[in-house]
Amino acid sequence: MAQINLSGVGKVYAGGSRAVGNVDIDIQDGEFIVLVGPSGCGKSTLLRMVAGLESITEGEVRIAGRVVNEVEPADRDIAMVFQNYALYPHMTVRQNLAYGLKNRGTPRAEIDRRVAEVAQILQIGDYLDRKPRALSGGQRQRVAMGRAIVREPAAFLFDEPLSNLDAKLRATMRLEIKDLQRRLGTTSIYVTHDQLEAMTLADRLVVLNGGRIEQIGTPLDVYRKPASAFVAGFIGSPAMNLLPAHAVPHLPGSAHAGLVGIRPEDLKPSDSGQIAMQVRAIEELGVSRLVHGMVGDQLLTVSLSNQYPLGETLHLAAEPGAVHLFDAESGQRIEAH
Amino acid sequence: MKRTLFNNRLLPWLLLAPQLAITFIFFLWPATQAIIQSFLRQDAFGLSTNFVGLANYRALMNSAQYMNSLQVTAVFAISVTVFSLLIALVMALAVDRMIRSARTYTTLLVWPYAVAPAVAGILWWFIFNPTIGILPYLLDMVGYNWNHLSSKRDAMTLVVVASVWKQISYNFLFFVAGLQAIPASLREAAAIDGAGPVRRFFDITFPLLSPTTFFLLVVNIVYAMFDTFAVIDATTQGGPAQATNILVYKVYFDGFIGQSMGSSSAQSVVLMAIVITLTVIQFRWIEKKVQY
Repeated sequence: MAQINLSGVGKVYAGGSRAVGNVDIDIQDGEFIVLVGPSGCGKSTLLRMVAGLESITEGEVRIAGRVVNEVEPADRDIAMVFQNYALYPHMTVRQNLAYGLKNRGTPRAEIDRRVAEVAQILQIGDYLDRKPRALSGGQRQRVAMGRAIVREPAAFLFDEPLSNLDAKLRATMRLEIKDLQRRLGTTSIYVTHDQLEAMTLADRLVVLNGGRIEQIGTPLDVYRKPASAFVAGFIGSPAMNLLPAHAVPHLPGSAHAGLVGIRPEDLKPSDSGQIAMQVRAIEELGVSRLVHGMVGDQLLTVSLSNQYPLGETLHLAAEPGAVHLFDAESGQRIEAH
Repeated sequence: MKRTLFNNRLLPWLLLAPQLAITFIFFLWPATQAIIQSFLRQDAFGLSTNFVGLANYRALMNSAQYMNSLQVTAVFAISVTVFSLLIALVMALAVDRMIRSARTYTTLLVWPYAVAPAVAGILWWFIFNPTIGILPYLLDMVGYNWNHLSSKRDAMTLVVVASVWKQISYNFLFFVAGLQAIPASLREAAAIDGAGPVRRFFDITFPLLSPTTFFLLVVNIVYAMFDTFAVIDATTQGGPAQATNILVYKVYFDGFIGQSMGSSSAQSVVLMAIVITLTVIQFRWIEKKVQY
């Protein structure tokens, strides 16, 4: 159980290229923080800096109040779950779980007790004596989690732990991770590029882009009030429509902004609608339909329940308060007046 | 897995033919000849050839020289294998830790492998030459009188050093590849699990490297038993006083210099049997332990 504080954290590689710059995050005790962003945004680097697998070239990382910049990974009191699980292939599940405890000189009886406890929590008791290669993807995932839990660390670090699983298993494991973290109350940092995973798991989201923080906030905050055009386009599926203001001159506030953002589900057909869209393609999702069309020379996507013939012109109106305005140059959010 | 089926029955044999021909002409046929000859004895003028049964083998087992050669071979093969594996592993570990210049070092370290064994032998012959060599000169400064022409121990050291030097490159390449095949995350996980560098090596790296090590063990023993012929021939020629007369050199010497075909053939059959036995033992006993 611990707070984790990052202040002014940055990473510049020996060659001079910058991976991460000026990151400030204060993580509360027991909080589940998700670092999300496109590949190459520095989220994994940031996590590895907290873990001690990557040197910190700027700023300070504190775990439970202690500056850990120069502390070995083993002495940071953290546990990490890797994308490829990183289970020791030549050891049985039991040995995998016990390895970290053994290295720390934990008494034999205590190791046995904790391994049994974790095996019970994660329901991996039946294959404690198997080697990792004899396990399925989901089982390996559980063992990897078990190896993190068994040490009872101050914090869990997850590096895209679900990206090697198929979609169905991923949804199940997502729930399990969330549930487990709630029960154990251990501070967690979770890295993913999947915005759905980020939305569902996080207490707070940290959206990263190009090594910098775009926004920190609860999933709903970030979804409802994206701080920048980048966040607006990244969080939410289907992605928010981002149009140059001159393409939709009738929308409120568009006169002051460079970019106008409207989520596909916030547009409704209306006879008085001022956005005229010509239907180009329709994607059937079952519960709704994604209607893609052109407004002038701009692509627009709308989530609708009815079927429309291709080529028809739809008149759409935006829900009040659902229009997001962004500065053309900085991409920053502009509050409507 | 998708399989491609060829309807042509001749094609597979045609594709295999060159390799089969080489195997037959250079391995199976001479081996058969050796086995046949090992049961025969020719008179000094080659006028008559008699079947003598196991007499050639019996003579070998009663020969003090042959027993000496067996012992020399054992010392030589074990030394070459152990040192070449150990040195190559240390070098591979060092290169694996490097980030920027690893490629350059790898390239440089592979060069000795491109040198022909006979050339390597000559090279060491010059370096170790008691009269003109640089090493005896240097050793003389620290008070050691090097002379592999009279000292058995010096001679053995020379052939071991020359043979090890030649084989390090090969082992090194395999170890580097083996190390790179171990995901970095495993070592990182071990680091987080509280294992220091030494412990990480013995708990994680070395066990995961064991298939490579096992393969190299087999290859190196075979190398030490057969391929070091040129090194011996170019440096000590089995001397002094049989001190470096390993089995494969003795086969050549007795057969082609001594013209004792029957005995030489029997020796080569024994040598073949020893290597086959060693390889079988290695696969039976050790391979089971390196699987994970």
